[in-house]
Amino acid sequence: MAAHTPAGHQGMTNSMLGFILFLASEVMFFGGLFAAYFIARADAPAWPPESLLTPEQIADGVKLELEVVLPAISTGILVLSSVTMQWAVWQIQKGNQGGMLWGLFISLALGLIFLVAQLYDYTQLHFRADDTIFGTTFYTLTGFHGAHVAGGALFIAVVTVRALGGQFTAENHEAVEAASMYWHFVDVVWIALFTVLYIIG
Amino acid sequence: MATVAVPQLSGYRRPAVLEWITTVDHKRLGILYLYFTLFFFAVGGILALLVRTQLAVADNSFVGNDAYNQIFTMHASAMLFLFIIPVWAGFGNYLVPLQIGAADMAFPRINALSFWMLPPAGILMFAGFIVDGGAADGGWTAYSPLAQQTGVGMDMWIIAVIVLGMSSTIGAANFLVTMFRMRAPGMTMFRMPIFCWTMLVTALLQLLATPVLAAALVMLFIDRNYGGQFFDPNGGGNVVLWQNVFWFYSHPAVYIMILPGMGIVSEILPVFSRKPLFGYKAFVFATIGIGGLGFSVWAHHMFTTGSVLLPFFGFMTFMIGVPTGVKIFNWLGTLWGGSISFPTPMLFALGFVSMFLIGGINGTYSAAVPVDFALHDTYFVVAHIHYVLFGGSVFAVFGGLYYWFPKIWGRKLDDRLGKLQFVLMFVGFNVAFFPMHMLGLDGMPRRIAVYAESTGWEALNMLSTGGAFLIAVSMIPFLIAVVMAFMRPKDQPNDPWEGNTLEWATTSPPPDYNFDSLPPVRSERPLFDARHNGEGH
Repeated sequence: MAAHTPAGHQGMTNSMLGFILFLASEVMFFGGLFAAYFIARADAPAWPPESLLTPEQIADGVKLELEVVLPAISTGILVLSSVTMQWAVWQIQKGNQGGMLWGLFISLALGLIFLVAQLYDYTQLHFRADDTIFGTTFYTLTGFHGAHVAGGALFIAVVTVRALGGQFTAENHEAVEAASMYWHFVDVVWIALFTVLYIIG
Repeated sequence: MATVAVPQLSGYRRPAVLEWITTVDHKRLGILYLYFTLFFFAVGGILALLVRTQLAVADNSFVGNDAYNQIFTMHASAMLFLFIIPVWAGFGNYLVPLQIGAADMAFPRINALSFWMLPPAGILMFAGFIVDGGAADGGWTAYSPLAQQTGVGMDMWIIAVIVLGMSSTIGAANFLVTMFRMRAPGMTMFRMPIFCWTMLVTALLQLLATPVLAAALVMLFIDRNYGGQFFDPNGGGNVVLWQNVFWFYSHPAVYIMILPGMGIVSEILPVFSRKPLFGYKAFVFATIGIGGLGFSVWAHHMFTTGSVLLPFFGFMTFMIGVPTGVKIFNWLGTLWGGSISFPTPMLFALGFVSMFLIGGINGTYSAAVPVDFALHDTYFVVAHIHYVLFGGSVFAVFGGLYYWFPKIWGRKLDDRLGKLQFVLMFVGFNVAFFPMHMLGLDGMPRRIAVYAESTGWEALNMLSTGGAFLIAVSMIPFLIAVVMAFMRPKDQPNDPWEGNTLEWATTSPPPDYNFDSLPPVRSERPLFDARHNGEGH
């Protein structure tokens, strides 16, 4: 852990500070997409904006409806995976490699389940990305979030492989903390998405 | 006694090309940034000459309308995204670690990644000229619905700008960590050289604003290619949404393009006035103030859309004139009573102060809402941005090149040729851009390829075109000076100008590891302190 810390500096390493700054830029990216969604909501006469559908779209069976049960379960899965990921960090802080590995495995599995559930959910919807601003914002926001979940899962997978190689100790486990931080970020974005898309929607 | 062969690390050097391609050294990457950006400055300049040639006479048919749209779009895109924004990363890369007394940036390999994202993006953007439908032609602002109606060159432009944005975002994180964590012993934040401070605020703006542009570009890409409705009112979208998200980045981006230039000028003026920068802390807080306020003025680009809160954005735009005005007084106060000399870097710095002042005044003038309604999308606005970005940023780039050339390349650029360049560029610049104020007040819209003779705009346009070619001519003495410098041996001492900051404490050019030893840092002018034994400060 001390490898990247200049002499005399306490606390966070340079890599971790850089990583937090990177996360700040990610927050701003999602902020831009959320802004688009809120403006669309503010402009719409009603939400979902059924009145914008053309007769052709209605004839094609387009329905601007979201199914809430599966995404609610997915939300629980992703929140649980954040807990298991944090648990992995706490285990390696105590030097417990086995506990950390279990935490990483379970988090990775839960993340993959979330992705599969999201793809299945996509197949059950009766609208596409080109069906009004409702479809466009839904698929853009959830799609970019899903891509970040996939990226986070890859991050955890790499960390897991390194953990299997015994690379982490109670003193040296920065990558585990970074992966955990990224995973929490992805989780928080999803909670915000679930709230605005499904609950307030 | 047995002899043991000592491995000679310096005995083997890979081919020079490989050394440059694989380098993670901040100085080499800085030089690569400078070469890359100056190349695109030339490309953007040639496009500008095509624009001015088309506009020189009324009813001209030199280039067609379609080609004209591509040319002015790519002129702006090259100058903003491939020249001005990355040129500061070039200066910053070379100078920030040296100025704070570090051996390198915090993340050298990420630094190399930041640079190497640029060439593919530049090639992709310009490859638009060889595809069906031509290069991007919706203006650098790419407003919808216009940007939805153009060819595949627009998609290439979108991807290129996203990649360039990623480069500057990760570069920004690198600069921030470097300045927060790698400063030499004794160098507190308020002893950091002023150029570093401007790079720090610039990096913060890049880190927080550029991802919003990426979000906007992603939406535009989805609208263009996947039937998205973000900017299509038929599907519930909103064309003004693009303008909001675009300017949320692109107004802070104006400060990204000018703040490091202000930093360079604030390094040059004290050295050649033989005085410390007047009001160092005021300058730092003014820089932070500009950065903060920069996020609250974006809608002044959108007054005429009728969908923004005019009093708020008008007021905030006036407000941002205050910290900017503070800086003008910093510079004037530095000159006041100084023992002033006029080598080439000083001339460019003084050119910056005077031209940027005009750009600031005509900008604040346009911030008055009723005035803006009259001037929106006229050549007055074109005059304004060029007084800021050419009269400001480009003068600072050349000032910085003349000032740090001895440090970077160990040779001095010829001072007489530099002065000739400055005079030609200063005159050419004002002849090219001052008439645009009058043209704008007379109602000439920006981005038109052809105007009728009856408008009476021909004389001023011809004058402006003459000025543009004079600017082009001013590059000849610069190129001669560069060639002459490279024909001479490296003869520059550590500190040819009697500078103030740590980069002058090492050899010219510096060794790979930058410093053998550092002088103690007890103020923002450690080299001045070292020369005077800490007295006279």
